Amino acid sequence: MKLDDPKTIRLLWIVSLIVLALLVIADAFVEHHPHFGVDGGFGFHAWYGFAVCTAMVVASKFVVGFFLKRRDTYYDE
Amino acid sequence: MNEAFGLPPPGVILILGGLLLPLLRRAAPAFALLLPLLTLGAIWATPGDLSVTLPFMDQSLTVLSWQPATLVFSTIFALMAFGGALFAHPVTGLASERGQRWRVELPAAFIYAGSAICVTFAGDILTLFMFWELMAVGSTVVVWSAGTEGSAKAGLRYALVHLVGGVVLMAGILAHVFALQSQGVPDPLALSHFAFGAAGFDALSCGPSDVAAWLILLGVLVNAAAPPLGSWLADAYPEASESGTVFLSAFTTKTAVYVLMVLFAGTELLIYVGLAMAVYGIVYAILENDMRRILAYSIVNQVGFMVCGIGIGTAMALNGAAAHAFAHIIYKALLLMSAGSVLYMTGKRKCTDLGGLYHSMPITMVCGIVGALAISSFPLTSGFVTKSMINQAAADEHLALAWFTLTAASAGVFLHAGIKFPWFVFFQKDSGLRPPDPPWNMRAAMIFFAALCVLLGIPGVYAPLYAILPFPAAMGETLYVPYTGAHVISQLQLLLFSGLAFFVLLPVLKRTLTITLDSDWFYRTLAPATWKHLLAPVMRALGEVRDGFTSGLPEDIKRFIYSPPQEGTYFREWGLGGAMLTITGILFVYLVLGFAP
Repeated sequence: MKLDDPKTIRLLWIVSLIVLALLVIADAFVEHHPHFGVDGGFGFHAWYGFAVCTAMVVASKFVVGFFLKRRDTYYDE
Repeated sequence: MNEAFGLPPPGVILILGGLLLPLLRRAAPAFALLLPLLTLGAIWATPGDLSVTLPFMDQSLTVLSWQPATLVFSTIFALMAFGGALFAHPVTGLASERGQRWRVELPAAFIYAGSAICVTFAGDILTLFMFWELMAVGSTVVVWSAGTEGSAKAGLRYALVHLVGGVVLMAGILAHVFALQSQGVPDPLALSHFAFGAAGFDALSCGPSDVAAWLILLGVLVNAAAPPLGSWLADAYPEASESGTVFLSAFTTKTAVYVLMVLFAGTELLIYVGLAMAVYGIVYAILENDMRRILAYSIVNQVGFMVCGIGIGTAMALNGAAAHAFAHIIYKALLLMSAGSVLYMTGKRKCTDLGGLYHSMPITMVCGIVGALAISSFPLTSGFVTKSMINQAAADEHLALAWFTLTAASAGVFLHAGIKFPWFVFFQKDSGLRPPDPPWNMRAAMIFFAALCVLLGIPGVYAPLYAILPFPAAMGETLYVPYTGAHVISQLQLLLFSGLAFFVLLPVLKRTLTITLDSDWFYRTLAPATWKHLLAPVMRALGEVRDGFTSGLPEDIKRFIYSPPQEGTYFREWGLGGAMLTITGILFVYLVLGFAP
């Protein structure tokens, strides 16, 4: 089994998605102690983690990057 | 209180030992491994109620005293000096290029580390300041010892920023000392008078009496690398050698965290400074291509958690900040050792040039991944039992903005450092590079720190760390319980779904040959360009005006008034008689006017 084999990569995706699904389901079996209301909701950390990461990548790449990105020889010139 | 005279603080062992190293020749490398352990022993052997003062002019300096956070910070600094010395060990011999560099880098690193330890033992502001500045000297030499053109320039910028920061800090100290003296305080240097904290330093007050506190805060925040004062970090650290960066990652920012904890615990402004640092670090790290610069930005991100904890200021938050500094120094050094090993074996530092190294560097990869999991606060790693305390403190205080931002930043850490670093260096595409793992000493240092990352995360094993925190639990009480079902599940959800976001967004995250401008642009580009294109031409023009006034104009006047007889352009030269006649005439007019009624 080699890591760069497409079959292995496919298998890794399937296993990962199953783990992710199980993690969300596990939320039903633990008792949360919310401090702000929404943080105790079902699967809160899952969607929040995904959403903020997407937001941060988009903001970095398309907002900050748009204004501040330069070639890496910028200071050598 | 047990008072003693003349006994130096434990950090002095490292400083003096470091200065001795060049004289020891062949014995130096072995001695260098022993010195941090001796220092660690001395720290733990120093009685908890000991205080040492030295006379200094008409004041006395308290060079050794225990603050609540002294033990945890000095212990990790000494441990770090050992790990760094092991990683830097000159296996190729002192005559080799690496050995030659070691002879400069290691003494400087020990002066740097020893001074950091001395800062944690300082009982007065002047002692603290002197060792604070000595750290700047030591760390600058560490940057320079890489011996490249890039490191020479970056080291100079680094030194200048820290000198300016030091001046601002000193100005604040002086302002406060004079104010204390005018109030008749007998010991104006004592650290206790500088603990502005939440009570004496309201975050938003800007009255003239707060100038000292503001200047001191600014001076310390320069070293904490808070944006926009912190671009020196990502500028200078990645330019040091593979071992130099490991040392650099540990001391400056964490000493600033210690000082903030002593002087400004509970200052609300620091909550927002910390949150800004946490987000800034993620955004810049996401855009970065240089593997060590990614990790440099993530230092700022992690220090942001600590600064935020200090701003919250409760016992739980301060414990969390101190514990997280302890864990952070270990996993960050580990990550930079892993990156340093890759740099040492391949000579490459850009993600675009790397990839697929898992084929031939398994130990470096595994240790790098352990560091990446620890920085992400995965359960069963050190980050999980330390960082959670800061989040918990934010929740306990019902600070919604702080909690939601810290939780977002926790997810972002996994994205920008936890996955990005190992993925682009060890997996991603196959770069075709097949270097072996680095020499034994580098492997040993990585395995040692990786083991610490895991051990500190195991239930029960982290108890000794909790026991040395600034506010240990009372007898029979529990400080904090990180391992609850809900906490483990929510942390895993947060991290793994952030991982999912990484792989879903991978096309957007593809590395490019770019850098992202930071506030160092102002002194690297704007200031020189302003001089070159605006000030210098104006100065040249003014110079011509000045030359016109000082030499051109008198020459012209002379030529206009006085012309040699043979040329006679404007005036015929007068004889003496003519001049006498004119003067007599003028005197006569005066005489008449003087007697006129």
